[in-house]
Amino acid sequence: MSIVSISEVTKNGLWTNNPALVQLLGLCPLLAVTGTVVNALGLGLATMMVLIGSNIIVSLIRHHVSDAVRLPVFVIIIATFVTCAELIMKAFTYELYQILGIFIPLIVTNCAILGRAEAFASKQSVGMAALDGFMMGLGFLMVLVCLGAVRELLGQGTLLADMQLLLGPIANSWTLRPFGEGYSFLIAILPPGAFLVMGFLMAIKNAIDWQIKLKAEAHKPAPVKGAKRIRTTGHIS
Amino acid sequence: MAFRQVSSPHAHGAQNTARLMQLVVWATIPGLIALTWHFGWGSFINVMLASITAVISEALILKMRRRPVGFYLGDYSAVVTAVLLGLALPPLCPWWVVVIGTVFSVVIAKQLFGGLGYNPFNPAMVGYVVVLISFPIEMTTWVTPLALLPDGITHPDFLESLKLVFFSTSPMDGVTGATPLDSFKHAAGLTVDQIYQQDSLFSQAMFAGVGWEWVNLGFLVGGIVLLGSRVFTWHGPVAMLVTLALMSLIFWDSGSSQSPGSPLMHLFSGASMMGAFFILTDPVSSAVSNRGRLIYGALIGILVYIIRAWGNYPDAVAFAILLANFTAPFIDNYTLPRTYGHTDRRKATERLEDK
Repeated sequence: MSIVSISEVTKNGLWTNNPALVQLLGLCPLLAVTGTVVNALGLGLATMMVLIGSNIIVSLIRHHVSDAVRLPVFVIIIATFVTCAELIMKAFTYELYQILGIFIPLIVTNCAILGRAEAFASKQSVGMAALDGFMMGLGFLMVLVCLGAVRELLGQGTLLADMQLLLGPIANSWTLRPFGEGYSFLIAILPPGAFLVMGFLMAIKNAIDWQIKLKAEAHKPAPVKGAKRIRTTGHIS
Repeated sequence: MAFRQVSSPHAHGAQNTARLMQLVVWATIPGLIALTWHFGWGSFINVMLASITAVISEALILKMRRRPVGFYLGDYSAVVTAVLLGLALPPLCPWWVVVIGTVFSVVIAKQLFGGLGYNPFNPAMVGYVVVLISFPIEMTTWVTPLALLPDGITHPDFLESLKLVFFSTSPMDGVTGATPLDSFKHAAGLTVDQIYQQDSLFSQAMFAGVGWEWVNLGFLVGGIVLLGSRVFTWHGPVAMLVTLALMSLIFWDSGSSQSPGSPLMHLFSGASMMGAFFILTDPVSSAVSNRGRLIYGALIGILVYIIRAWGNYPDAVAFAILLANFTAPFIDNYTLPRTYGHTDRRKATERLEDK
């Protein structure tokens, strides 16, 4: 595989090839647990950790695992890191662990992780693989937090509620209530809300890309009229 | 002498989309009058508010989609959606319920899918279900029918109703009560006769429930007018009503405490008639062939009964129609009529190579 640059990996993970917005991988946790910012952040961090860890290990063993058994090996590596993440969350953020429930072990089945192991980490150097894991994880995390924030705000009228579950007593009073008490718009918290908000986020991303493309085309110098096309084939004697 | 060359079709019907839609709006008037008579000005305000919201949001979203605004507004489809939604919403519900429901119908359920003719789901019902799920308290507070209000108390007049809709912060007291379907849902352990004796909603009614029977009769009249002017065929509505009646007959259980109510009660309660004639006949989201419409209508009848009798919500027309909308393309695939010149019916997904 061709050598990739740091900026390319960064841009890919965060924007052009964002696992959630463009590849649409790992949608199950993405839609299921993004009811609040704290859930989204918790799951996003866990996924990111697993992604970085698995990418590094997969890259380390890439010359020693035959093609025939690579997928089972990748899955075992991922499962190991997921177990670690699960145990860590159990130890330090037990309540959040209980809220996220089955979706922590389900990180194993997040296609974004297996996809990066197969498509990137197994063909690149360790440093690049780690960076890719970090950037892909960050891209995923950003979308999760965006979804969580929008759904929490629309659905229950709060922002950053229950952050103490993840960050400890510091965040006890972080909850914002821009709409006052008693506000609720249930559908945003229910599963349909997840699909709708996700659809709008993707639409916004596409609209931004479209604008960028239009701008780039506007700045391109117009072809000069009457200019001859350069002959690229054949030999002129 | 010049001959004008025109391509077929050479015979034109008098109907076009705008006239059809206008006809549907006019046909809702008997139902609207019955609603206003029995439940006060709430429904009228809902319809007006929803129509204004629908036209404004349709114009804005068309502008955003860079489509000709005047042309698409002129087909009246947004108004029809708004009128049907306004009739379905509970009278005197807060204004933001109406606005959110309408914007959802027009912007998300219709225009984001591509506009009129491309929406897989009935827009009015999508808007209704969204607000029903989101605001359960506001959406299940129904006004008591006029005939059952205590002496000396009437529904708020028009100005008072406007005030309630726009400025009231808490659900109204005093003039709200259960609907017939609510009563059956919450009267566990009572036989049908006992419910009918205890609940003045039934004891003072002619055959179904005070007020509700008239509302449903109103929609039935409007529906028959539309049927007469051939806006839709009879297959869908008749299939739905017959299945609903059959289902409630089968599970009637001779009026025991387990019975979910009589066929007459089910046919003339809730949104039965409105759903049968105004919602499931939506040409875009329903099945297209006559046979298909029979199946589609029957499916809705069964679903309405199942959700009413054993589900969590008292009425089910909106859910049943949305569920059936999912199945419409599938039904269409297997019920295409025989094409002229062919001997067999075919399936929509059939390819020529398969033959």
